[in-house]
Amino acid sequence: MITTYARAIGAALATAMRADPSVVVLGEDVSVGGPFTVTTGLAEEFGAGRVLDTPISEAAICGVAIGAAQSGLRPVLEIMYVDFLTLALDQLVNQAAKARFMSGGQLGVPMVLRTQGGAGQRGAAQHSQSLESWLCHVPGLKVVMPSRAVDAAGLLASAIADPDPVVVVENKILYPRREQLPEVVEPVPIGVAATLRPGRDVTVLAMSRMVSESLDAADQLAAEGVEVEVVDPRTLVPLDLPAVLDSVRRTHHLVVAHEAVAHGGFGAEIAATVQKAAFDDLDAPVERVGAPFQPIPLSPGLEDAYLPDAASVVAAVRRVLGR
Amino acid sequence: MDAEQTRAVLAMMWRIRAFEERVGQLKRADEVHGLIHLSIGQEGVAAAVCGQLRTADAVYSGHRAHGHALAKGASMARALAELMGRRDGLCRGMGGSMHLVDVEHGFLGATGVVGGNIPLALGSALALRAAGRDAVAVVFFGDGAVQAGLFAESVNLAALWRLPVLLVCENNGFAEFSPRSAHTPVERVRDVVAPFGLAGGTVDGNDVDAVWDAVAGLLPAVRAGEGPALLECLTHRLRGHYEGDPDRYREAVSSAEWRERDPIARLQRAATGDGRLDPDELPGFERAARDEVERAVLAARESPFPDAALAASLVYGR
Ligand SMILES: Cc1ncc(C[n+]2csc(CCOP(=O)(O)OP(=O)(O)O)c2C)c(N)n1
Ligand SMILES: [Mg+2]
Repeated sequence: MITTYARAIGAALATAMRADPSVVVLGEDVSVGGPFTVTTGLAEEFGAGRVLDTPISEAAICGVAIGAAQSGLRPVLEIMYVDFLTLALDQLVNQAAKARFMSGGQLGVPMVLRTQGGAGQRGAAQHSQSLESWLCHVPGLKVVMPSRAVDAAGLLASAIADPDPVVVVENKILYPRREQLPEVVEPVPIGVAATLRPGRDVTVLAMSRMVSESLDAADQLAAEGVEVEVVDPRTLVPLDLPAVLDSVRRTHHLVVAHEAVAHGGFGAEIAATVQKAAFDDLDAPVERVGAPFQPIPLSPGLEDAYLPDAASVVAAVRRVLGR
Repeated sequence: MDAEQTRAVLAMMWRIRAFEERVGQLKRADEVHGLIHLSIGQEGVAAAVCGQLRTADAVYSGHRAHGHALAKGASMARALAELMGRRDGLCRGMGGSMHLVDVEHGFLGATGVVGGNIPLALGSALALRAAGRDAVAVVFFGDGAVQAGLFAESVNLAALWRLPVLLVCENNGFAEFSPRSAHTPVERVRDVVAPFGLAGGTVDGNDVDAVWDAVAGLLPAVRAGEGPALLECLTHRLRGHYEGDPDRYREAVSSAEWRERDPIARLQRAATGDGRLDPDELPGFERAARDEVERAVLAARESPFPDAALAASLVYGR
């Protein structure tokens, strides 16, 4: 079945809602699909009682999802742009992430927060960010960041079934991408990486949109005789560290690639962790690919130059290999 | 309130009073830990509201939460053990005073972020309604929370979705060290929510009979799904904002006048005056409460401290 990343997510929501009446979807304009059409059709099938349009109250609707999860529902909250997650962060960080811990295990928050980030649509500085590293810093949250439709659907299924709050960071550039999917998409376990291309010389650990850029980079480098292994962690928290280390122990070189600002990005955490765990296996310091430390500009030429892409990955691979 | 209800409410107020006075002592002795906000002087609201709730009703509270937890059914010994950071505490020593939770009794929790509890109650109300139960969610918050954005967002949403939620504002006229007039030109919370058409109003929160009657008037409609209500209870804390607070900022407020309006003394006067209670039975309430507290102290002291492995195991459910 040929589908898109966006349709695959919508279909995964519908599947979960058919299987479990406690699953509800809420967010701004979700009944009409939202700006990216992900939730199109759900209101028609499940009704306004399970597909709830909300006012523009990110903090309150996040709290509503948390409270609902504490009282028996499995809410899937949509925050339209990750940029607006700032407004809901108090609830996510201070309530959702800590409820189980602070209550000594009495409360669980089985909610999913779907949002999307990424630049490339001339959205400028407030509609294009990649803020996942903030989320990864908070104990109690799980963070997944699918790069393919099959993972977006499979991880969402696992996130909905998960007893903990899971943030799913989708990507707006990926929504319309077409992909061949099996008729039945299996759940993708949280915390398990995927090796999308095997290679001997260097590991590129790439996230979200940077996965396809890294695969392109691997094609280019293959022509030069450099074999790149592309690994997609799929889940950032909990990170599949064994899979990363297994690859690095074979290639002895690691490049971490994400679209987020490199400074303080999740790549820094991975670099530190891998250098500590596999210092003797590394032949060079870990290289990072990320955006520069500045807000995202509108002007097309500037945005294109700002965004890390396949060429950035190629350059980083050359650096890490000393070529 | 009839005689039986009065006895139950008075007993609960004394339990809260005795518990919190002892907690104040234990704080000075460094046996309970963290920021401790006592509700001494405000017990009538917790007792009269929770006294009319069922276990299945969900209650959320804020930083001044001891009374709400006890009134919803939490064990005094386990609440105290929690404040002491002990393993047998309600939250196994992980939360403390501002994070009391007792799911078994429908106390879904206190929160230390002012206003942060309000949307949680809405969500709980949404889930209770979705489950087809005639349970309600109740959230207690102070007058300071009313100026938080979450309050405005939540009132709008509760009204829009006609959620079975009762919002209880304990308006004690102060937020931390400053009077309400320093936070907002709108004196009454009832006026803040006027356009949303919530049921409810303002009562003297130290007149326990009045609080009881107001709640009795509002609760059936909330339970029946006729929409949310907001009850503003005017009250006064007789202690500082937190234990150890110098409490100099309130010199303008006459403590003597408020002591006169102490809700416990006032209910005892009213109930003996109209014959609901016999003056002879009054001392028994206080004595029973203080005895229970002493037993709770002994039990809590027996409980070991939690270990790091327990803490580490509580971050994720899977
Ligand atoms: C979001 C937030 N801001 C500030 C504080 C610090 N703080 C704790 S209690 C309090 C005053 C709250 O006043 P009110 O809501 O009236 O409750 P009261 O203490 O009077 O019961 C403040 C400012 C906090 N806990 N949370
Ligand atoms: Mg106050």
